[in-house]
Amino acid sequence: MTITPLGIVSLSVLLLFLAVLLVPLLKSSQRLLISTSFTLASAASLLGIIGGVWAVGGAITNTMILPVGLPDLPFHLRADPLAGFFITVICLLSLFVSMYSLGYIKGYLGRRPVTSLVVFYNIFLAGMLMVVLADDALFFLIAWEVMAAASYFLVMFEDERIENRRAAFLYIIVAHVGAIAILLSFGIMAGLATGFENFTGYTFDAMRQAEFPLKWATAAFLLAFLGFAAKAGVVPLHVWLPEAHPVAPSNVSALMSGVMLKTAIYGIVRVSFDLLGTFPWWWGAIVLILGLISAVMGVLYALMQHDLKRLLAYHSVENIGIILIGIGLSMIFTSFNMPMLAALGLIAGLYHTMNHAMFKGLLFMGAGAVLHATKERNMEEMGGLIHRMPWTAALFLIGCVSISALPPFNGFVSEWLTFQAFLLSPAMPSPLLKLLVPLGAALLALTGALAAACFVKAFGVTFLGHWRGHHMPRVHEADWFMRSGMILAALTCFLLGVLPTLFIDWMDIIPQQLIGTKIGVSSGTYGWLWLTPVAQERASYSGPIVFVGILLVVVAAYLILHVKPGAIHRVPIWDCGFGKLNQRMQYSATSFSMPIRRIFGFLFNIREQVRLTPRGVYKAFPKRLNYYLRVRDRFWGWLYNPVIEFSFWVSRMVGRLQQGRIQAYLIYSFITIIVLLVFSR
Amino acid sequence: MKLYRFVIEFLQLAILLGVAPAFTGWVRMLKCWSQGRTSAGIFQPYRDILKLFSKDIFLADNASWIFRFTPYLVFGTAVLAGAIIPMLSLELPIASTADVIVLVALFAIARFFTALAGMDIGTAFGGMGSSREMTIASLAEPAMLMAIFTVSLASKSTSLSQMVHVIYSGQIALRPSLAFAFFAFILIALAETGRIPVDNPATHLELTMIHEAMILEYSGRHLALIEWASMMKLFLFVMLGVAAFAPWGIAESGDIIAISLAFVFMLLKLVIVGIVLVMIETGLAKMRIFRLTEFLGSAFLLATLGMLSFFILE
Repeated sequence: MTITPLGIVSLSVLLLFLAVLLVPLLKSSQRLLISTSFTLASAASLLGIIGGVWAVGGAITNTMILPVGLPDLPFHLRADPLAGFFITVICLLSLFVSMYSLGYIKGYLGRRPVTSLVVFYNIFLAGMLMVVLADDALFFLIAWEVMAAASYFLVMFEDERIENRRAAFLYIIVAHVGAIAILLSFGIMAGLATGFENFTGYTFDAMRQAEFPLKWATAAFLLAFLGFAAKAGVVPLHVWLPEAHPVAPSNVSALMSGVMLKTAIYGIVRVSFDLLGTFPWWWGAIVLILGLISAVMGVLYALMQHDLKRLLAYHSVENIGIILIGIGLSMIFTSFNMPMLAALGLIAGLYHTMNHAMFKGLLFMGAGAVLHATKERNMEEMGGLIHRMPWTAALFLIGCVSISALPPFNGFVSEWLTFQAFLLSPAMPSPLLKLLVPLGAALLALTGALAAACFVKAFGVTFLGHWRGHHMPRVHEADWFMRSGMILAALTCFLLGVLPTLFIDWMDIIPQQLIGTKIGVSSGTYGWLWLTPVAQERASYSGPIVFVGILLVVVAAYLILHVKPGAIHRVPIWDCGFGKLNQRMQYSATSFSMPIRRIFGFLFNIREQVRLTPRGVYKAFPKRLNYYLRVRDRFWGWLYNPVIEFSFWVSRMVGRLQQGRIQAYLIYSFITIIVLLVFSR
Repeated sequence: MKLYRFVIEFLQLAILLGVAPAFTGWVRMLKCWSQGRTSAGIFQPYRDILKLFSKDIFLADNASWIFRFTPYLVFGTAVLAGAIIPMLSLELPIASTADVIVLVALFAIARFFTALAGMDIGTAFGGMGSSREMTIASLAEPAMLMAIFTVSLASKSTSLSQMVHVIYSGQIALRPSLAFAFFAFILIALAETGRIPVDNPATHLELTMIHEAMILEYSGRHLALIEWASMMKLFLFVMLGVAAFAPWGIAESGDIIAISLAFVFMLLKLVIVGIVLVMIETGLAKMRIFRLTEFLGSAFLLATLGMLSFFILE
């Protein structure tokens, strides 16, 4: 048997299942269990990276048919460049996270058994890989459910707390509403591909071959998009995300936020570009508009949070929005038959997919290290951790700079590419779009600037200043396993930012296959140095020169000033003669975001109360001041509460049938029989 | 020839480092005159910087490496931005390193780290400054990009040198879209460089300071670098505006006469911009922070109008 990328990735899936099978043998020694399982998971991820990189780099497409599953419905597997790209993203992050887990999960030793965490972690990874490998609707949905169920149990891991159970329940409901929509979408496509007489239409190949009438294609697309949007956390289906991600163990949050959401992006790209193939422009407009709304709302909600992991979870909503902006633009350009620009949009979206996986994984790992060290998730109780945890602080800072889209790190590159795609929109033939699309660029700029504000807050309040809590716990730095996972993720963020041309050259095959053209980013001599997506005169960006340029000036300034340096005197903080400065007087996360809360307050459901307790008769000198603030998602009131109330109403109505008297139930059976006799003669 | 282009590049950097304090001195001098005070002369900023360089540093006990690294980074991004914006000539070897979007992002890095440094010491002033600065920036940045996108739609490029080329070749003469974008740019430049009515560079009053609050704890060479960088930032915003809206005078080729002519033109423009800036600053009072939404909102609206008029009229 020859070695193919598909074979390597399948081997990686088998290795993950092997790790699961080993669990009963190792269960008694938890320490050994952790080392073995996560080492196997790392090895499997490494194999997956090789397979994925090879499939994209060599433009290889392999297929395989497994004779398992239902009779006459075997499983189809396929690894093509698009799948290979997502496999690379998944495996790259899961490699880092598995290394990190070797240290992180040891924190649970002695507190609770970790067997279920280890089992479902590996099944979860395998599930994600199978989703990407699947080449028929049946296998895809099975893998999709495996992934959803495994992640449900991971969210439920610390199930003694009510908020965890509530979050997991919400998650599984939204996941299943999404799965039903995807199932219906595949049903439409399969049915139209071969008719409803035989079953061969369930393969993706049959769907690719088929020509769909527009109204059915639209129905299939909208259903699939609804399903995938529920998984990706697109506004307004995002509410499960800020509940479920913070309560899961941090290594799992990193994977869920970093890569599980990306399987939904994969689904959207696969269904729209590959399976359906042709579409009208307004599909892309829907994706674009929802992407913009998610981006802006996600970052604004993130700014209001003071729970570190919840803040990061809302940023996932934002970044999924940015990815969808790229993909939506690409769909619009494709429908107007402008393949070059469509390829640019798609590359921007996919590059951001990769980038978001890396920096969000890094940030969640950093938040996990902080949680591990301080047992605290609330930023209002933190501060000054940069002195106790220098490694974690520096690595978390790299994550913050990357996600805030600042050069020379990776978040900037994808945002820059998206801006370029936006600026090319005047080439579109529709005047309405010409006018509206540049406004989208402004919203994207707003998102980027607000994200920077949010991460100044997140990093500043967590790591800088003084410890804000009442008593300082014994904080320790993350161990070397955790550090190595974070260092590798940070390094990848840096490389993706400084050498984007190499990565884009590598993945250029994907638009080539889906849209029919490459973007060819590098041109001229020293091509790898310059990112020139359209033409040299149109726009160019050179990550290496920006980085080296800043570095040179910084080093030169430092050296010149240190030829004869003035002394540095360490002194206490200047307290303006007040003398009673304490750590509670620092700016907190809530006060940092106050101006933004006031400016964009109409988007939130805010309740703010200030209560003064007067000191006897002297009203001007209050004894105590209580400040109460509650910021809630408006979508709960608009969308979810009505649904919840409606379902309660329906159950109450149905509940009336329950009389508790045997006569009533006999009458029900009698009526049922009569009805059946009348209608199904 | 290749080497010669690098000479121009270094010349431009030297002008940036050398002329920026003089421009600030010129603005301060005009301001003194307009308020009926005696001025310290155009060269006072040089003396200030030199004095700060020779002083010792007083560093708060809990300042981390971020606090000490930020001045160098802020200085570095300002110098790099100066190497990219065409001031004298379009023949800059590293101009294609970055387009306008990257330039905006370079200023954003400096701001990001300054805001972090403001929070590093853990005083209320620093946090207050950081919070306000980031709020204002998050409103100003979209407006800034909209204004610049209007120009780049007209010139079909986001590269500054290319924008200048297009204006030179007469493809865009006087266009209404550019006029709108220009006014928007003025409003944003006032906000980004911390001038009245958004922020007052001369104030150290708790309730009103923004940029000064963040850098309140700096001293010695750190403060010198930050002050110098903020002078360069003001200078660079003038140059950015000049390159995008009124590039006449910038040399297209690299010969000596054209470049010295460009230098004269540049000084002339700086003198004029200084006068206009002082007229704006003396004519207006500093705004309340929550009125800034309207100020920056109108900048955004102007930029959007510019873009609409581009599509409708041109």
